[in-house]
This record gives sequence, C-alpha cells and structure tokens, in this order.
Amino acid sequence: MSSGPDLKEVNERMRGLMARTTHGRDDFEDLVIVPLFAVVVALIFGALIMLATAVDLPTIGRSFVALAVGSVGSLSAWSETLTASIPLVLAGLGLGLGFRAGLFNIGAEGQLLMGGLAAVVAGFTLAGLPWIIHLPLTLLIGALVGALYAAIAGFLKATTGAHEVISTIMLNLISYRLLDWLLRQPFIQREGRSDPISKDVPPSAELPRILDFIDVNLRLHAGIFVMLAAVAFVYWMLFRSKIGFAFRASGENPDAANYAGMNAAFIIVLAMGTAGALAGLAGATQVTGVLGRASPGFSAGIGFDAIAVALLGRSHPVGILFAGILFGALEAGGRQMQVSAGVSIDLIGIIQALIIIFIAAPLLVRAIFPWGFRKRTKRVGDA
Amino acid sequence: MDVELRGLTKRFGPVVANDNVNLHIRAGEVLGLLGENGAGKSTMMNMLSGLYTPDEGEILIDGKPVKFEGPGDGIAAGIGMVHQHFMLVPVMTVAENVVLGVEPTGKFGYLDIKKARRQVEEINEKYRLHVPPDELIEELPVGIQQRVEILKVLFRSADVLILDEPTAVLTPQEVREFFGIVDTLKKAGKAIVFITHKLHEVLEISDRISVLRQGRITGEGDPKTLTESDLAEMMVGRPVSFTTAKGDAKPGRTMLELHDVTMLDENDDKVLDRVSMTVRSGEVVGVAGVQGNGQTELVEAITGLERVASGKIDFDGTDITYARVRERHKMGMAHIPEDRHKSGMVDSFSVAENMVLNNYYAPEYSKGWAIDWPKVHETAAKYCVEFDVRTPSVFLPGGALSGGNQQKMVVARELERQTKLVIASQPTRGVDVGSIEYIHERLIASRDEGDGVLIVSSELDEIMGLSDRIYVMYDGRIVAEFDNTGGKADRNAVGLAMAGSFEGEAA
Ligand SMILES: Nc1ncnc2c1ncn2[C@@H]1O[C@H](COP(=O)(O)OP(=O)(O)OP(=O)(O)O)[C@@H](O)[C@H]1O
Ligand SMILES: [Mg+2]
Repeated sequence: MSSGPDLKEVNERMRGLMARTTHGRDDFEDLVIVPLFAVVVALIFGALIMLATAVDLPTIGRSFVALAVGSVGSLSAWSETLTASIPLVLAGLGLGLGFRAGLFNIGAEGQLLMGGLAAVVAGFTLAGLPWIIHLPLTLLIGALVGALYAAIAGFLKATTGAHEVISTIMLNLISYRLLDWLLRQPFIQREGRSDPISKDVPPSAELPRILDFIDVNLRLHAGIFVMLAAVAFVYWMLFRSKIGFAFRASGENPDAANYAGMNAAFIIVLAMGTAGALAGLAGATQVTGVLGRASPGFSAGIGFDAIAVALLGRSHPVGILFAGILFGALEAGGRQMQVSAGVSIDLIGIIQALIIIFIAAPLLVRAIFPWGFRKRTKRVGDA
Repeated sequence: MDVELRGLTKRFGPVVANDNVNLHIRAGEVLGLLGENGAGKSTMMNMLSGLYTPDEGEILIDGKPVKFEGPGDGIAAGIGMVHQHFMLVPVMTVAENVVLGVEPTGKFGYLDIKKARRQVEEINEKYRLHVPPDELIEELPVGIQQRVEILKVLFRSADVLILDEPTAVLTPQEVREFFGIVDTLKKAGKAIVFITHKLHEVLEISDRISVLRQGRITGEGDPKTLTESDLAEMMVGRPVSFTTAKGDAKPGRTMLELHDVTMLDENDDKVLDRVSMTVRSGEVVGVAGVQGNGQTELVEAITGLERVASGKIDFDGTDITYARVRERHKMGMAHIPEDRHKSGMVDSFSVAENMVLNNYYAPEYSKGWAIDWPKVHETAAKYCVEFDVRTPSVFLPGGALSGGNQQKMVVARELERQTKLVIASQPTRGVDVGSIEYIHERLIASRDEGDGVLIVSSELDEIMGLSDRIYVMYDGRIVAEFDNTGGKADRNAVGLAMAGSFEGEAA
C-alpha cells in the first residue's frame, strides 16, 4: 500500500508470489484420471456390446488379449502402434492448436489429403536431388499446401464470418473429388494405369525406416522424429511464444483479445494455417513414410480420428502425444483382434467413440467412479 | 426464518477464505456485510447458498443443522442468492427466465407458460418489482435485470435473500428504487444479506452490520451509531481518507482532442453526436452522466474498439481516428475497461498472464518470438505487491481472485505502464475503500507525472473528487463543461446537467 512496506518486505512478498505452488489435484484429475477411467469404461462397454451381439466369453477374452498383444505385446506391435500414431499426433496437434484459438476446424482430413498429394508430387518431380534436401523439401511442401488449403477456411471466416465448421466440411468434400481428378491427370497418374493412382515417391524423398537393422519388416519410420519435434514446437508456440499467447487469449475470451489489441482476422488465418500445416505434414509423413504414393482416400479417416485425439489430449501437446499413441495402439491392436479373434474392426471404432463420449462427459466418469475424485468447488458468478 | 452459521471454515489450497466464522441472520432484518477485497464475503455466502461445501462448521436453519451438497440445496431450503454477474438467458423473456428449471407444467408435462406468467405477475405485484414479464432480458437495463434475479429467488420461495454487491452496477436512481424493494421484502419478513463496498449504503439500509477481515468476523455494529470512517477503519484496520489530496493541475500540451466525433449504432442511430473535447497533459478530466448516455461509446471511440462515423480524434498531435487498438496502446494510451469480466481479463489465464494481457509483445517481455516468462512473473509479482492484489501466487488463474482483486489486477496493469494518456472507465468498481483510496492516489500521480487522465464513472463523488475539469454527457452529446479547480464546480449544477434539464455554462 501507499504507506509503503520496506524493500525487504516487498522482496519477501514477491518471492512468495513467484513460488510455484503445486496446482492441486484438479488439474491432475482432469488430465490423467478422467482419460484413464474413460478408457477403462469404454473397454468394459466394448465387452458388453460384444456380449450383446452374442459373442461368447472366451472369444471376448481372446480379443482383448489380441488387442493388448497387437498393440504393445512385442517390438513389432510397438512399431505398428507408433507408426499409426505419427499422422494422428501431427494432425491432432494442429486441431488442438486451433481449438485453443477458438477455432473448431474439422478439415484436417482434407488438409491432410492435399498436403499428402503435394508431397507425392514434390517427391517425384524433384527426383534427383540429394535426400538431405529432397526429403525436407518434400515434407515442407506438404505442410505448405496443407496450410494454404486450411487458410481458405480461415480467410473466409476472417472476411465474411463464414463459420469454420461448415467451410472445413465443404473443403473436405472438395478435397476428395479434387484428389480423384488430380490422380487422373497425366502429370500425376502413374504411367500405364487407368485407375487413379499416383507415381511413386522416389527413395530420396522417403522417410527412412529406423528399425530395419533389427528386422526389415518393422515399419516404424523417421516420421516419429518429425512428430516429436512437432510436439515440442506446438508446446513452445502455445505456451512460450507471443503469437501463442494471442491464440489462447482469442480462444478463451475474444472480447479481451480485442481489448488487448490482438488482430482477430490475422489470428484466425494464422491459426488455421498452422493447423493446416500440421495436417499437411501428417499427410506428407504418411505418403513418404508408409504409403509411398497417393490413391483415392489415402487419408483413411486419420483427419477425423485426429479430432478425437485432440479432444482426448485436452488440446495440450503432451496430452495429444499420449492420446495419439493410444489411438495408434487401438488401431494396431484392432487389426490383430480381427485377425486372431475374428472380431470386427468396427468394434474398435465403437470403443474409440465411447472413449470420446466419456472424455467429453467427465461428470459421467466422476459419477461412475466417485471414489476416484475429490469434491470440487469452482468459482461462480462472483462479485 | 433464522439462519445461523457456526464455525464455518473454507480453504482453497493454502488460502483460508473463511476461518471459523459465526453469523446470525434473522427474519425481517437486513444484515450488511462489509469487508476488504478477498476478505471472504462471497465465499461465505456461496457456502450459505449451497454452492460451496464448508470444510468445517455447520449451518443451522431455525435451530436445526442442515447439510448442503449442491447448488440446488440452498434454494430448496429457502436461501436464495443473487450473484453480481447475472445468470439470465438474454434471449428469453422475463417470465421464461424466472421459471427456468422449475417450470410449472400442465397435464402432460408441457410447459404451462400462462400459469408461469400469472405466478410471475403475483410476485411482481406483491413486492412491487415492476418487471415486465414478456420483455426479452437483453432489452432490459441492468437495474431491471437485477430485479428479475430477485424475482427468480422469490419465485423459488426464498425466505433468505443474499445480495452480493447488487448496487455496484446500478445508477443512483436505480439504487433508490432498489432500496425501496429491499424495504418491501424486509416488511414481508424476509431475511436479507446485503454485501457492498459503499459505506453510506450499508449505513442507510442495514439493521445490523458485520465486518469480515481475512476470513474472520472482526466486528459487528449498529448502523445508527456508526459512521463511515468507523466502518472503514473496522474493515481495513487503519483510518482511510475519503478525499484524495491533490494539488492544482498544471495542464500542459493537448494530449487528446476530439472534433465533432459522431458514432452510429447498428440501427444508424447516433450514440455519439458531434462530441468535441480535450484532455491536456497534467490534468484529470471527468465525464459525468447517467449510465447509457454515450459514455461507453465515447471510450470505445477513443480507444479504437469501435469505428467512428465522422469526426477526428487526435492523440498527442497525431491523428488516430482510424488507428488500431494496438497502435494507440503503443503510443502510450492506457485503458481501464468498464467491465473487467467481459473484456479486461481472461479468467483462465494466470494472474501473471493477465498482468501482461495487452503488453505481452513489448520488448521488455520479449526474447525473440518468445515471451520472457521469468520477467513477466517478476513484473506481475511486483504489480501485485504495489497494488495490494491479494493472491497466494501469480500462477493462480485470474478468475479465482475475488472480484475486487480482479479489478485491482486490471488497474495495476494499466497504471504501472509508462503512458501519456489514461482512459479510466469505472476504475474502482467493486473495490474496497482502502484500495479506492490507493487507486485514486495513483490516478492523481499519473496526472502529476504529466499524463492526461480521462475518468468515466457513474459515481458522481468519484468524478467530483478527482477531476480538474468535468464534462457532462447526455443523450450522446456533451451538454456542459465545468471547471473544477479546487473542487469549485457546483454539484447540483452537474447533477442537473446530467438529468439533461440544463445546458450548463459552456466553456
Ligand atoms: N475458487 C477459488 N480458488 C482459489 N481461491 C479462491 C477461490 N474462490 C475464492 N478464493 C480466494 O478466497 C479469498 C476470499 O475470496 P472472496 O471472493 O470470498 O472475497 P470477497 O470478500 O467476496 O472479496 P471482493 O470484495 O473482492 O468480492 C480470496 O483470497 C480468493 O482469492
Ligand atoms: Mg466478492
């Protein structure tokens, strides 16, 4: 106060204010316990659904064993899990970043397709370059095209107010047909083929497999480093950088962002563009690391699963990393489940959907597991 | 209905918000509840209304202990709370809002809106609330919206009404009407808890006064024998001065100049009508007026939040009519927004992040493209100490601070920066007497350092006490200007001009 505490006291108080207090259990509950329980509940429900569809108990048992073995039970299972998680995490990071900025972008699928196709084209047209230039350039072009494609929706929102949910859905639909058409163009279509399929990505633009010194069948590729770098980058961008601060402020309270002089139009376009770049990168790593070419619908719904990944990860880069690995595991394990227990892969889709429902309804999870949580008090409509 | 709180304690992590408080609330009585920002008033009332569960202690209704488990339990037991930030659905009518959640239903469970309307009318009549049942909430002024909140709790047959800072957003006229309603409620045998930071109001309306300090009840008193200074001292623990000591202004060059600024609303009606004014460096200029006469729009025009239709705005000799918010900010304009919740802060951001909300990009907080967080934390801690923002840590979300502390956080951010012009809109809304004194001192200090200071406030006392010159706004126009050097402006004349009945001494 004005009467002025002396300097020593001021320093003392400042030190107290700057001490990092542990944030209590609420954060921990939200970030760890709720998702954990959600997964458990979803698996239980999955079992119940199998029961309801007249699958006998031993088969259910075998399918869950297969799920576990196929996802984490061996080195090759881990390799499959991580390979599947790479594009999920990358696209999920973009979506999460958008959510933080208040943008509900569901166009990752289209951005991924466009970015992936661009990477394929860059791959075979620039053939001849040394890989150290060729590979990064290919990925970069994929990201850039993804960014431009997403920026269309951002630009429409910023200038006309068109809602991004609608425009990104439309852009997804456009991307499917655009891809089909482009794949038939002589410039892109593989020689001697009449079906829509692209030329191959040459080896110098391929993401190298990193475990083939152990076993040539292990598909895990260097895209995992791209993924980890992207996690670090998005974390830095959101929580350390100036532009991330503006993203978050706009997402949480647009009026306050406006008051603070943040440029809403610029932020919308930039956040959309960054999200698109990450989705495009997801597509690029997929074509250069796994598929080797582009074909109709090569995205295989990754862009939609990534929405779930971003939500499950609470739009936090580290959360998205774990959520993406979980979804990768479900995918890898699901394939095994189908093979060795004969259970439909659709069941995995149902389990994924259930996880999302329970994540989205933390109160439900709290109600099912009351002992897992503390009673909480939130601040409401206060003076 | 009598309510007793016994030994209630509530902790938030390391903060003890309520420490073993005892309180008695009686039917037919108004209990005034006073206390510094962060003393624990809202927390205590939130426990009473069932929103928070106490860590220790018990609540007794008519001698019988009750246990509240959730927000619905308080009102079910007859205790209703009106929060300072209203919880109404703007696109629904008054009647719909009132019955929301407890809708009277017809035979097949459909909503019986006629019956709802009738019940609303009955209460309206009984307590003379004069609320139009069929109007949409968004079309009603704040004062009426507040009555809808009161109607809501009465509709749920509350016998105890908790009013958390109800007068902070009201015009003096609305306050008078509000007191009339409180009186009717009291006569009808309701028990009322009234929280405020305006001491003359508690003295006028309460039958008993309790003072809370650092989570404890530290004093009780009889409003008939107490004075405002007694109360202030009881709250803060030291004598508080109600008038700001200041020397005469030494006006220098023109800092802000508006020429015939006109602004239109979405219906093309003039909300600002050829407004011209100047603020010079080294002087405090006050804008008086009944709320809703263009003050909000005036501030929006000056700070760049809204486009003007015509006219010109100069800031320190530069034309800023079309400059962006950020540019004006960089040029040295500070802005304390009138509604901290709506635009002044981000609830989920930490105190530290809020302290640099509009300044995060400045070179002193930058490391390339990143923010220099340790520097931000240090600055935030310094500001908190300087402005006595009561928080255990700068990492706590801003939304977890008490209302007045949030306001101090916003004011600190704006006044600690190097500026040339300070635009302060309702700078002390929701702030306790001790902190009002400090904020006023700081505004005068800004003036004495050569800033131009523009104060917009619905508190005429605040305008009269701080300003060297006063403009009065009425219906989007400047209708009068008064010289207030040495406090010589005539309060009555200002009041008349505010009512629009007098075109004052043009200067
Ligand atoms: N949800 C919460 N999380 C953490 N701390 C809280 C929370 N709610 C209240 N507090 C703390 O409890 C203390 C009391 O707050 P409270 O809101 O009751 O004060 P108040 O007397 O209403 O103040 P004001 O006059 O400023 O509104 C403050 O220090 C506040 O920071
Ligand atoms: Mg309060």
